[in-house]
Amino acid sequence: MSENKGIWVFSESYDLILELLGKGRELADKTKTELSAILIGNNVQDKVADLIKYGADKVYIVDNPSLERFQAEAYLGILSNLAVAHHPEIILIGSTRNGKPLAARLATRLDAGCVPDCARLSIDENGRLVGERITYGGNAFARITFKSKPQIATVPARAFDKPEKKDRTGQTVKLDLQFESPKTEVIGRKPLTTSNVRIEEADYIVSGGRGLEKKDDIVLLEDLAKAIGGQVGCTRPLVEDRKWFTDWIGLSGHKVKPKLYIACGISGVIQHVAGIRDSKIIVAINKDPEAPIFEIADYGVVGNLYEVVPALKEELKKLLQ
Amino acid sequence: MKQAVDVSQLKVDPATRQLVTAGAPKKMSDFDKNALEEAIRTKEKLGGEIITLTVSSEDAKAVLREGLALGADKAYWLNDPALQGTDTWGTAYVLAEMVKKIGEFDLILCGDSSLDSFSGLVGPRLSEMLNVPQITSVGKVTVEGDAVIAERSLEDASETVKAKMPALISVTREINQPRIPSLMMIMKASKKEIVAWSLKDLNVTAEKIGSRTEIISVLAPKMDRKKIKVTGESVQEIAGKLAKAIIQEGVIGRK
Repeated sequence: MSENKGIWVFSESYDLILELLGKGRELADKTKTELSAILIGNNVQDKVADLIKYGADKVYIVDNPSLERFQAEAYLGILSNLAVAHHPEIILIGSTRNGKPLAARLATRLDAGCVPDCARLSIDENGRLVGERITYGGNAFARITFKSKPQIATVPARAFDKPEKKDRTGQTVKLDLQFESPKTEVIGRKPLTTSNVRIEEADYIVSGGRGLEKKDDIVLLEDLAKAIGGQVGCTRPLVEDRKWFTDWIGLSGHKVKPKLYIACGISGVIQHVAGIRDSKIIVAINKDPEAPIFEIADYGVVGNLYEVVPALKEELKKLLQ
Repeated sequence: MKQAVDVSQLKVDPATRQLVTAGAPKKMSDFDKNALEEAIRTKEKLGGEIITLTVSSEDAKAVLREGLALGADKAYWLNDPALQGTDTWGTAYVLAEMVKKIGEFDLILCGDSSLDSFSGLVGPRLSEMLNVPQITSVGKVTVEGDAVIAERSLEDASETVKAKMPALISVTREINQPRIPSLMMIMKASKKEIVAWSLKDLNVTAEKIGSRTEIISVLAPKMDRKKIKVTGESVQEIAGKLAKAIIQEGVIGRK
C-alpha cells in the first residue's frame, strides 16, 4: 500500500476541476506529494496551461473528438487504467450527476473505498484522507476515513473556492488510449431552460416556503430579490405539492451558500436546513415564533411575510441608494 | 430495498451532539419505494415477476412485508451480523452475489440514494460488479423490447438514454407517487415468500466484505448562529432595523 503516491483530481466540469485543484494543492503541500489533474475531452489542449497555473504539477490529457461529451464507460476506462498504472494515493472527483456514479464505479474497479459529497477534506495524523459529509437526512456530519488505497472522495460544486492563478510550471502527459465501448446510448438531450444564473452561484437568495399562500405571491419575493440583485429559491413542498417551481433548495435539491439567505414563510425542516447551512447570514421571516428556522437564523422576525417582505425591500432600497 | 433510519424521527443528545440512533424508528427508504412502484407499474404493463433484495444486519421483516404488500412477488433478505462492519463496497458485493445466485434478470431498479446515508454509491457499484449498463438520476423509464429507455436529469440538461437489458436504473423521488397498499394486499402478502440467507449461503466470508472506509464520528452540526430576534412597534420599524443589521454585516451594500 505504501507505493501509492500523489493526488489526482478529475471532473467533467471545468469549473469543478479548478475548485478541486485548490483543495488538492493544499492537501498535496501538506503531504509533500504531487498534484495531477486529469483532463478528458475534445479540443481541450489549450486548458492545460491554466490547470498548471491553478495548482497542478502534472496534467494527464486525453484529447479526442469522441470525448466531446461525458461518456461513462470511456471516462471510467481512462481513469481506471491510469490509476492501475500509476497508483495514486488520493483521487478527488467532482460530485456531479455523472461524476458521482463514475467515482462509485471507479472505486469498485479499484477495490477501493469511496466517500461521496465531502464538504470538507483533511489529512489526519496517520496521513489518511478524512472526508466530512452530511448524513442522516441533514441531522449529522460524519467524518470518514479510508482503510485502503486509493482513497476516493467526491466533492460537490462550490464546496471549495476556486484558487488564485499563479505563475508556475508543470508537466504535461499526453495519453493515447483505446476507449471502452459505451454500454448506454444518449438518444436525446435537452438543455435546461433556466432563465437565471444557477442558484448555487447566487450571492443573495430570497426563498419561499409553505407560508406563501398562492403562486402569484412569489412576486413579493422576486421584488425583494431584484432590489438586492439576488435570486428566488424555494423549499421542496412548493415543487412537489404545489408545482410552482421546478427546483428546490435542500439536502435532496440544490445546496447553496450565498452571502445572504432570506427565508420567508419557511418552517426550517432539517432537510431544508442542510441545503442552506453554509450561508453566511441567514434571515428568517415567519409568523410562527416556534418555527425551527429561528434556531438556525442570524436574524429572525416573527411576523407576517406579506407585510415584512415588502417593507424590508423598501428599507433596503433606501439604504442601498 | 433498504431499511433506513427514519431521519425525521432522529433525536440528538444536546450534551454530546451524538445522534441517538439506537432504537431509532426505521422504515423503507423512500427512494426505494419509488423504485418498487416503478417495478409494479412496469409489471402491470408487461407482466413478469418482481423480486426485492434487502441486505441488513437487523430485523427487516416489516419492510420486506411492506414491499410484498405493495406488489412484490418474492423477497430475498440477506441477514447477517457481519454486515455491520461493511460499507457501500460490501453492500454492493453482497447484492451482486444475491443476484447471481437468484439467476437471470431484465431490470434492476434501485433508489438513487438512501434516506439515511444519502450516498448514492450502491447502485453504480452494483452495476459495475454485474457488468451491466447503468442509468442514474432517472425520472422516467419505459421498456421497449429488449431495451430500456430512461430520462435522466443532469445539472444543466435532461438526457434520454437507451440501454440494452439486463440493466440497472437508479430512480429519483420525482418518477412516481407510490401507492398505499390495500388491506387485501396486506393480507395476501402474508402468504408470499421471504427467503432469508446468511453470508454462508452465498459462500461469502466476513473478511471479503470488510469495509474500505472507517467512520470516525457522526455528530450533529454546530450551528453558531446569532439568533437575534428583530422586534419593534411597527412593521416599518422592524424592517428598518433588519435592513440596517443586514447592511452592517457587510454582506451587501455600496460597491
